[in-house]
Amino acid sequence: MTWQPVIGLEIHVQLKTQTKMFCRCRNGFGGSPNTQTCPVCLAFPGALPVPNRRAIEETIKLGLALDCTIAERAVFHRKNYFYPDLPKAYQISQYDEPLCSQGHLVVPAEDGDVTIGITRAHLEEDAAKNVHVAASGRLHGATATLVDFNRGGTPLVEIVTEPDIHDAETAKRFLQLLRQTVVELDLSDAELEKGSMRFDVNVSVRPAGSSELRTRTELKNMNSFNFAAKGIEREIARQIGIYESGGEVQQETLHFVPGDEESPPTRSKEEAQDYRYFPEPDLVPVHPPADLVERLRAEIGELPGARIKRVAGTLSFYDADVLVTGGLDRLWSELVDAGADPKEAANVLSNQFVAAGVDPAAVNAAELAKLVAARAEIPRAAFDEALAKAAEPGFAAAPYLEQKLVADAGELDPVIDRIIEANPGQAEQFRSGKQGLLGFFVGQVMKETRGTADPRVVNERVRAKLSG
Amino acid sequence: MIDTLRMTAEGAKQLLDAKEVSGAELFAAYAQRDDDLHAYLYRCDGPAGEGIPIALKDVIGTKGVPTTAGSKILESYVPVYDATVAANCKRHGLQLLGKTNTDEFAMGSSTENSAFGPSHNPWDPERVPGGSGGGSAAAVSGGLAPWALGSDTGGSIKQPSALCGNVGLRPTYGTVSRFGVVAFASSLDQVGPVAKNVRDCAWLYSIIAGRDVNDATTVDVPEVELPTAQDLKGVRIGVPKEMNEADGIEPGVGDAVRKAIELAESLGAEVGECSLPRSVAYGVACYYLVAPAEASSNLARYDGARYGLRSEGADFREMVMNTRHDGLGDEPKRRIMIGTYALSSGYYDAYYAKAQRVRTMIRREHADVFEKFDLIVSPTSPTVAFKLGEKAGNPLAMYLNDLLTIPSCMAGLPGLNIPCGLSEGLPVGLQLIGPQFAENALFRTGHALEQAIGFDVVPTRLR
Repeated sequence: MTWQPVIGLEIHVQLKTQTKMFCRCRNGFGGSPNTQTCPVCLAFPGALPVPNRRAIEETIKLGLALDCTIAERAVFHRKNYFYPDLPKAYQISQYDEPLCSQGHLVVPAEDGDVTIGITRAHLEEDAAKNVHVAASGRLHGATATLVDFNRGGTPLVEIVTEPDIHDAETAKRFLQLLRQTVVELDLSDAELEKGSMRFDVNVSVRPAGSSELRTRTELKNMNSFNFAAKGIEREIARQIGIYESGGEVQQETLHFVPGDEESPPTRSKEEAQDYRYFPEPDLVPVHPPADLVERLRAEIGELPGARIKRVAGTLSFYDADVLVTGGLDRLWSELVDAGADPKEAANVLSNQFVAAGVDPAAVNAAELAKLVAARAEIPRAAFDEALAKAAEPGFAAAPYLEQKLVADAGELDPVIDRIIEANPGQAEQFRSGKQGLLGFFVGQVMKETRGTADPRVVNERVRAKLSG
Repeated sequence: MIDTLRMTAEGAKQLLDAKEVSGAELFAAYAQRDDDLHAYLYRCDGPAGEGIPIALKDVIGTKGVPTTAGSKILESYVPVYDATVAANCKRHGLQLLGKTNTDEFAMGSSTENSAFGPSHNPWDPERVPGGSGGGSAAAVSGGLAPWALGSDTGGSIKQPSALCGNVGLRPTYGTVSRFGVVAFASSLDQVGPVAKNVRDCAWLYSIIAGRDVNDATTVDVPEVELPTAQDLKGVRIGVPKEMNEADGIEPGVGDAVRKAIELAESLGAEVGECSLPRSVAYGVACYYLVAPAEASSNLARYDGARYGLRSEGADFREMVMNTRHDGLGDEPKRRIMIGTYALSSGYYDAYYAKAQRVRTMIRREHADVFEKFDLIVSPTSPTVAFKLGEKAGNPLAMYLNDLLTIPSCMAGLPGLNIPCGLSEGLPVGLQLIGPQFAENALFRTGHALEQAIGFDVVPTRLR
């Protein structure tokens, strides 16, 4: 039997507003523990929430970018449960009247677009951060939990997809595209390592051709897109294995541990919480005015999904995807406009440029284009150094272009001759057919010239001399 | 020389303005009076300036001054910030005399649910002062404060005012900030004044009312007019028959209220009968779903982690359970259980959601009545003050005490209690209810009636 995976995603994105969702404490990563707090986010008696207008607007904007319907009336609900990181013992979230619903995000693919339905995008507050400590200071064998309330109350958008995804690769690409969308709308850093973007994955499988929805499991703790793809593939295989050996998949939450062969279950859904949702009586319903929605809509530029398709008209689909989801396609366009070869520019951006960790928006494209054009003629080390400085004010290509590789045979021949002379054994072996030794000689020459020789010319000259 | 039993806030202001007394003398006159009524849970030193003294119900957060909400779980809690209403009082120079007793988390009608023992009625110390704001009511009528703030969820200002012979206003929902006030039921809680006469009540309301950036449910409030009119010409007064003929209204209470209505007519009011059948039939049942549901969530923050009582436990869950077991009294526990049940999945639609629909119906029924009438009247409490212990063992009997105050609270409407006579030597309260933001109309009518009735606010035994 063949099986079809059914995958749905639930993504949380922290908004980078100046202040928190329901109080005016600074909203920001870092800060000594419990310094960005007040009676509201510490849930002192009598404290009341006042919603952050900016956060509401940003959520609407994201909803618009995801082609959602923006509610004419949205309501905050209380989600009640006891946990140390939740000082009110309820989270202010949204339930059956979210700000945004019924949207979709088109994930472009080489063999046709995949449209993923967005069930909803709603606004809520983040919990505080629990830090489990032991006497040894390590997590293992923790004996105490410390709570840092700085994060508590950070505006958090939750995006829930329809179970429209049927393979791990599409799930990964959806997440990358969503992240890039959020970053470009300037709503969030969406950095997985900092936790400003987090996601859970629901996975089930069913016989191909069927439309049933079987028991699903939830994968948590995947802090990279590659881990997500890997975790999903592993879970699909596990579930298929269970069904094929006559078993039943249990509803449970699985905690992804990179490197481990299995994802250990963390808790069974049998102890499912009853969150006792009810409308937050301390807040009034939100009625986004139509003119506000239209103003926000007008602020949205061309979105990454559309740009992938446009760039793929010039480059391969793969390159277009890498450039756009890496936030590099605008710089790429500028380089091409400044005369760089499109493919060459894409290669440089998606390899050395990414490694240099430079902000693409700050780069002088005209100068960088000159370097890209001369890449083959510049020593690797000098080229990397140039990229690292490409975003500095006053950056110019000229000093690096001057370090062009030595391609003059008249200059290189004496060095080559010297090396052949010093290695008569290897020269003899080459001549008697051991072609692989060419690299040895080239390497020696490059070493001797401290990398300034043009390897293509060296290659050519060494071969000519040894054969001659 | 300062008769604290009789002195109004307006009178005190005249004395201060004329420099006949100093702020310190005025404050001392109240502060030195023996609190044999147990009206206060905490009395302040003072004053910090020249101003009229005031007492605040102990659910109102006061920076640096203990705020317990009548609960053991907050016995050690000292707020780091002032409630907006407390800050407003400070801004007007009012001097804090102390924090008054309340049923635990304002849950009760007698102050017998206070973790720190009940207050006593100044008219008869063997009787309750009403609740939950019995401390504020006892303080004002017992000469321990010229005026006070209370909080009203289902009658906690109006009912104690009735039982102690005070004027008390429950304002329109949304006109007074709840920021910093220990929450019981957020969609019903409203802070309001308790005073010796209607003018003081209106003045104190003007000090605390208004939109607050820290409370998203507040709105702009019409300017408050201190009442002067002696007549009621053109005022249309409705008498809802279900609220004036309800079972359990004591004959003496009914008589006093009827006399007050006749007096209103003689002052020029147009009096007519009206009907609020469903509001009265379903109000209490509906209230005892909505209020406990919200309370179950509002009281969940008392977990022992950040402030107040902590009872240790092996882990977080056990610590929370031990803390709440030790720190909360029977009534909050009862309401938390009712509320949790009403919100639980599978029961939500049958209880909480349905109660909210009934609430909408109650609101509409009131709105219809106010098409024809400017305000409606009834007894505030079906009975005069009852004896301590008389109803303490029977929660349901206690809940029915709020039969007449609850419907308008559910509708978010303002209600004013004024004393309208005595029955068995104890005060009877007249409840005036208006449409939203009709406080000025309530003050005008209350003031004219007050003048005509001539009720002596000083408890008979203290005269």
